Amino acid sequence: MKVVVDTNKCQDHGQCVFAAPDVFRLDEAGRLAYVSGPDESLRADVEDAADVCPLQAITLED
Amino acid sequence: MGGLRAAEQLRAAGYTGLITVVGEEPRMPYNRPPLSKEVLAGRQSFDSLAFRPRASVADVKWVLGTAVVSADVGRRVVGLADGSELTFDGLVVATGVRPRRLRCPGLAARRRTLRTLADARVLRAELTRPGVRVVVAGAGFIGCEVAATAVALGAAEVTVVDPEPLPMLRPLGELTARELLRRHEWHGVRFALGTAVTAFDDRGVVLADGRRLNADVVVEAVGSVPNTDWLAGNGLDLDDGVRTDGLLRAGGLPYLVAVGDVARFPNARYDGVPRRVEHWSIAGDSAKRAARTLAAHLAGTEPDPEPFAPLPSFWSDHHDFRLQCFGAPALGLDDVRVLEGEAAGDFVVGYHRGGRLVGVVALGGPAVTAAAARHRSALLKQPAFTA
Ligand SMILES: Cc1cc2nc3c(=O)[nH]c(=O)nc-3n(C[C@H](O)[C@H](O)[C@H](O)COP(=O)(O)OP(=O)(O)OC[C@H]3O[C@@H](n4cnc5c(N)ncnc54)[C@H](O)[C@@H]3O)c2cc1C
Ligand code: SF4
Repeated sequence: MKVVVDTNKCQDHGQCVFAAPDVFRLDEAGRLAYVSGPDESLRADVEDAADVCPLQAITLED
Repeated sequence: MGGLRAAEQLRAAGYTGLITVVGEEPRMPYNRPPLSKEVLAGRQSFDSLAFRPRASVADVKWVLGTAVVSADVGRRVVGLADGSELTFDGLVVATGVRPRRLRCPGLAARRRTLRTLADARVLRAELTRPGVRVVVAGAGFIGCEVAATAVALGAAEVTVVDPEPLPMLRPLGELTARELLRRHEWHGVRFALGTAVTAFDDRGVVLADGRRLNADVVVEAVGSVPNTDWLAGNGLDLDDGVRTDGLLRAGGLPYLVAVGDVARFPNARYDGVPRRVEHWSIAGDSAKRAARTLAAHLAGTEPDPEPFAPLPSFWSDHHDFRLQCFGAPALGLDDVRVLEGEAAGDFVVGYHRGGRLVGVVALGGPAVTAAAARHRSALLKQPAFTA
C-alpha cells in the first residue's frame, strides 16, 4: 500500500492524524509528516484518513 | 457529499445490492469548503474539487442534473424532475441546504450567494474585477471567509453587515468574536455591525440605521434553508431539517435515514437535543452511522443500538489565520476560558458547561491546529451530560 499526500493541497489540518495516528503525525511546527509505505493492516485507517482530509490531499495507491 | 459517503459506507457495511444516487447538480460530488477559500482566491482550480470515489462504488448508478421533486415514503417511491419514478428498499436523505435569501427586492443583477461550484465561478469573476466594491450580508463563517478572500483579491471596498454586534458571535461567543473582528479589520475588512440590510437601491444597499453602501456585488450569506420540500406530505418532522433518532432514522421508519447538513439529529455526547450541524466532518460521520443503520435493516438484522455521538470538528480560514474548533462551543458560551496563549497571538479557548469542557477553539497560524488537537482528547474523554 502506498500513501501519497499532495503537499500543494495539504494545509496541515491534522484530521488524518486522528484517523490514522500510526501513519500520519504533525511535527513540532505543526507540519504534516507521514509514513509513505504503511503496513497493509492499516488500510482501513488510511482510507478513513483520506476521507476526512478537508483538502482531499491523500491518495491511496494500490 | 453525504450521498457519496453514504454509498461508500453502505458498501463498507456489507450491502451489495443496487445503489442509485440522484443529484440536482450536473456534476459528481465535490468538496465545498474551498469554494470560499482556495478556489475563490484562485490558489486551487475548480477542477480539483471532485471527490475521488472509492473503488467499491464503481457500480453505483448516478442520476445527475435531476432533482428529486417528491417522495411517497409509505409506498417507497420518489419522483424525479424529469417525471420518472424510482422505487427503493432504503432511502438516504442527503439533500443538504441552500442559502437563505434576503427578503427585500431590488438590485437582482448584483446579488449573489455561495453554495455551489457554479456560484463560486460567478463570484470569482466578479471579485477579480478591478476596483470592485463588495457588501457581504451576514458575518457568519461563510460571509467572513468571502470577505477575507475578496480583500486578498484586491477588492476596493469590502464591508460586512450583520445585526449582531460582533462577527460569528453566536457560535463562538464574545471573547473569540472580538478577536476575529480585530483581525479582520486589521486586514482591511470593514464592518457595519448592529444593523441590517433593509433595502436595495440602484447603487447598493440601504441599512436599517439609514446608511447607504455602494456595491457592485452583494453576497448574501445570511444562513441556510434545509432542502426538504420534496419530502413534504409524508407526516415527517421537517421543522428545520429532517428530524432523526439517535441512529439517524427519520419518521420512526427503519428504511429512511438522513445525513449531513439536512439532518437534525440528537448527539448522545451532549444534551440529546436534535440539532442540525453544518460541518463538513458531520457529513462523513453521519453517512457512516446512517449507512450501518440502513445496511443492517436491508440485511434483515437489528442495527447496532449505540447512538450517534460524533465529536464535531470544524475549521475556517480567514486571511493568514485559521480557526479550528472541536466539540460544541455554542453549548458552553457562559463559561469561556483561555487555555493557551493570548488573544493577540495564537491562542486556544475552552468552552464549558456545568464546569465541564464542551468545546475548544484555536485561532492562529498552523501551529494552533496541533494545539487544538491536544485538547481534543480531553473533549473525547468527557462523559455525556444530561440537560
Ligand atoms: C462556501 C462553503 C464553505 C464551507 N466551508 C466549510 C468549512 O470551512 N468547514 C466545514 O466544516 N464546513 C464547511 N462548509 C460546509 C460543508 O461543505 C457542508 O457541511 C457539507 O457540504 C455538507 O454535505 P451534505 O452532503 O450534507 O450537503 P451538500 O454537500 O450540499 O450536498 C447536497 C446535494 O444535494 C443536492 N440536492 C438538493 N436538493 C436536491 C433534490 N431535491 N434532489 C436531488 N438533489 C438535491 C444539492 O444540489 C447538493 O449537491 C462550507 C460550505 C460552503 C457552501
Ligand atoms: S488531513 Fe489533509 S490537509 Fe490535514 S494534515 Fe492530513 S493531509 Fe494535510
